[in-house]
Amino acid sequence: MTVPLFPPGEGPGTDFVGLLRKLGHDPLPQPAGQGRTAAEVTHGTTVVALRYTEGVVMAGDRRATQANTIANRKMDKVFPVDRFSAVSIAGAAGPAQEMVRLFQTNVDYYEKIQGRALSLEGKANQLAQMVRSNMGAGMQFGLWVVPIFAGYDTRRQVGRIFTYDMTGSRTEETDFDTSGSGGRDARTTIKLGWREGMVRDDAVELAIQSLYEAADEDTATGGPDVVRGIYPMVALVTAQGYQAVDEAEVAERFRAIIERKSAEGHRP
Amino acid sequence: MSMPFYVAPEQLMRDKADYARKNIARGRPLVATLYDDGILITAENTSRTLKKISEIYDRIAFAGVGKASEFDALRQNGISNAEVTGYTYSREDVEARSLANQYAQIIGRVFTHEMKPFEVEILVAELGHTAEEDRLFHIFYDGDWSDDEDIAVLGGDPDPIAERLRSSFKKGWKLEEAVKASVSALAGPDRTLTPDVIEAAVLGRSVGRRAFRRLEEAELAKILGTPAATPAKRAAKASRASEKAAEAESADESN
Repeated sequence: MTVPLFPPGEGPGTDFVGLLRKLGHDPLPQPAGQGRTAAEVTHGTTVVALRYTEGVVMAGDRRATQANTIANRKMDKVFPVDRFSAVSIAGAAGPAQEMVRLFQTNVDYYEKIQGRALSLEGKANQLAQMVRSNMGAGMQFGLWVVPIFAGYDTRRQVGRIFTYDMTGSRTEETDFDTSGSGGRDARTTIKLGWREGMVRDDAVELAIQSLYEAADEDTATGGPDVVRGIYPMVALVTAQGYQAVDEAEVAERFRAIIERKSAEGHRP
Repeated sequence: MSMPFYVAPEQLMRDKADYARKNIARGRPLVATLYDDGILITAENTSRTLKKISEIYDRIAFAGVGKASEFDALRQNGISNAEVTGYTYSREDVEARSLANQYAQIIGRVFTHEMKPFEVEILVAELGHTAEEDRLFHIFYDGDWSDDEDIAVLGGDPDPIAERLRSSFKKGWKLEEAVKASVSALAGPDRTLTPDVIEAAVLGRSVGRRAFRRLEEAELAKILGTPAATPAKRAAKASRASEKAAEAESADESN
């Protein structure tokens, strides 16, 4: 596809989705006809986000499932959107990955055309529109995508978390949120451990604990895979920007949890 | 019905070329040079809002001289093309060569088919994975384009500037040296340029995925060893500039 030089006033402006539509490609098509939930669809599962003093922590397990089988052990569910924000996804993997790619491109596109980045709230609203446009696929085929969006608001100098439901409703969480099949167990863990003014290490530890507990209760959530050396992904977004937490650190924290739990003697 | 006068095609093209060249020459020039970490682009620019240099994609930058509204439309077209290609295929598949080609075709078509040619000259710079792969595509007002080596000079009266820059150019020089040489090449022997009238940006291999980075006024001041303009001084300068603009009879978009 080649983009022509649009006459003044007829270009798509800052809207990348609009640009694709002008070129005759709808990136968010609505499925036609009747359908039913396909059990073979790949699903991504548990993701969490929580706020701490410097910004936000976002984390997700790595398992993808197809019905009762493991489809992938190393799937990424936490993605940087731009320098100061991240998105994590739970739900049907296909539409979720496409949504993330489109969202990243849209945010970059706006920034480059306009010469200035979108506000954090602007980005959150953009994502809401994309979630909403996936509603048809969700209703007919069960291809739901439920993301969490979080970032560092450079204007207000604070970490912020936005959550979505299947219809694209956008709500801002003050402290933390979780999504996906193991989200409930992760949420309980965070709820018990979260407090105002947490520092980096405590926040990362709590996120990791919440994923451990989710994997303990939910079969679709992957725990630490010591044999293959695959661990959940953890990322921070602060005034310094997006930064993934070193895998060695994540592995070490899981090792400590396992050691502690073992010492306690396999109690539930 | 009136018959249009016959004008020989040679004459027509020459007139258009003269027109474009004359208007491009009124604007202030721009230079690009390779340095050890990538590509440096430097322009003389008194406006703080209109940018001559901008980011197209992860490793591609755009710079233009001439009529601002025209090169900005081309800039947006470049971003759109790059993003659509990256989205359709992969980020690795976006390359400057095809972008330069597309620009040359658009500009060339307007030059031959429209009454008024584009009054622009543009540069598409691509950062390679090694210094040998760095590219400077230089596109002229009639759609001609060249692949410049080591340095590129755009805008009015480029030869003396190119000569000055080439005489100080060293392969693999540091950013500081490259900035100083670029600024003095733009300034010429009789002037000195202060950081508040310089727009500069780099595509740097060490910058990250998006390699484009602007050199802010403070950083330029440090490199050039001149104090950064204070806000008060800048405001005075801006008001002087707007008075000047009001005095000018015709709206002059030339930048």
